[in-house]
Amino acid sequence: MHISRSMEVFVGLFVAIGLIALFFLSMQVSNLSASSNGSGYNVRAYFENVGSLKVRAPVSIAGVKVGRVTAIEFDAQEFEAVVTMTIESKYNQLPIDSDASILTAGLLGEQFIGLEPGGEDEFLKEGSRLELTQSALVLEKLIGQFLFNGQSGD
Amino acid sequence: MLGYFQRLGERSLSMLERLGRGTIFFLKVLMAIPSVLIRPRLLIAQLHSVGVLSFSLIVVAGLFVGMVLALQGFYTLSDFGAEGMLGVMVAASLIRELGPVVAGLLFAGRAGSALTAEIGLMKATEQLSGMEMMAVDPMARVIAPRFLAGLISMPLLASLFTAVGVLGGHLIGVGLLGIDEGGYWSQIQAKIDFREDVMNGLIKSIVFGWVITWVAVFEGYDAIPTSDGVSRATTRTVVHSAFAVLLLDFILTALMFGGI
Repeated sequence: MHISRSMEVFVGLFVAIGLIALFFLSMQVSNLSASSNGSGYNVRAYFENVGSLKVRAPVSIAGVKVGRVTAIEFDAQEFEAVVTMTIESKYNQLPIDSDASILTAGLLGEQFIGLEPGGEDEFLKEGSRLELTQSALVLEKLIGQFLFNGQSGD
Repeated sequence: MLGYFQRLGERSLSMLERLGRGTIFFLKVLMAIPSVLIRPRLLIAQLHSVGVLSFSLIVVAGLFVGMVLALQGFYTLSDFGAEGMLGVMVAASLIRELGPVVAGLLFAGRAGSALTAEIGLMKATEQLSGMEMMAVDPMARVIAPRFLAGLISMPLLASLFTAVGVLGGHLIGVGLLGIDEGGYWSQIQAKIDFREDVMNGLIKSIVFGWVITWVAVFEGYDAIPTSDGVSRATTRTVVHSAFAVLLLDFILTALMFGGI
């Protein structure tokens, strides 16, 4: 088969455009660009109940995302959930007595961890533990409490 | 009664035999691939007819699938006030399923049928046996370049389909329905995982490219060398590769995303 110059050019363009599409998918349409700066430090927090918090959920302060949840485990000694989160290293001046609470984005949104800065001079570092935590609100418990309070008030 | 069982047995035996012949054929193609790498010009000609000529079809189809997904998704999502998730819906369904599957079905119809018809006609006009007479191996000269071209083209075409689809969803979502531009991309980047979604979609498209091209070149090579036989082989290529794509998609989806 005769191969003309234009045919080669078109094949080259085709392969190039296909690779650009793949590059676009990995950089713009996925989290590769966001998660590649993986340098950060890990902190732990113990919660009585994590609700439906998922690994990779955002960690935010004042509504700004500063990190991600990297692991959720159950501690059989303390009977609590251990949430490990990675906070980006540029946010390395958070007071050590900051408190963590599990919040929900919107009414039906996913759950995330909101940090509230404390007042100490010491900063959080690799391996620190957040002492002050507030568990996720479980709707069933809330309704149960509400009903119970209503009955006892009669 | 006995005749019925006999026909059933005959059917299954001939199916098994075809599968066996197809597998041996595939192994022969694999052995012929090194000789293609020595003569890359053969591959370029086939990349042109398999890949470049499918390009416009894939781009147009991807654009429209993305736009329709955005319109229909908006209809349901706006009931829950979750219009911001439109980008995630469009991107996730395209990357995980629709990109590889629809691009695969279109590829089977556009490139697979052409491969079968071309090879079948070469066989019917005795070009393949002519090559053998001249001590030119038709496996290395005809079959392997086409197989390799399909294997290379399909992942590129599927990525293109998905990328154009996401852009089409952006066109409709942001341009027509008034969703926030930054929200569209940031929601996608927050939800779509590179390894979990993009890589698995790419693996799917590679597997589909392999099975479609394999079926297409085998049906052409195995066709009965008459005009009727070539026509039947072409039909079989489209039907069998479409079934294979859908079946493999189910298996791959169950393996990749079944746990979630």
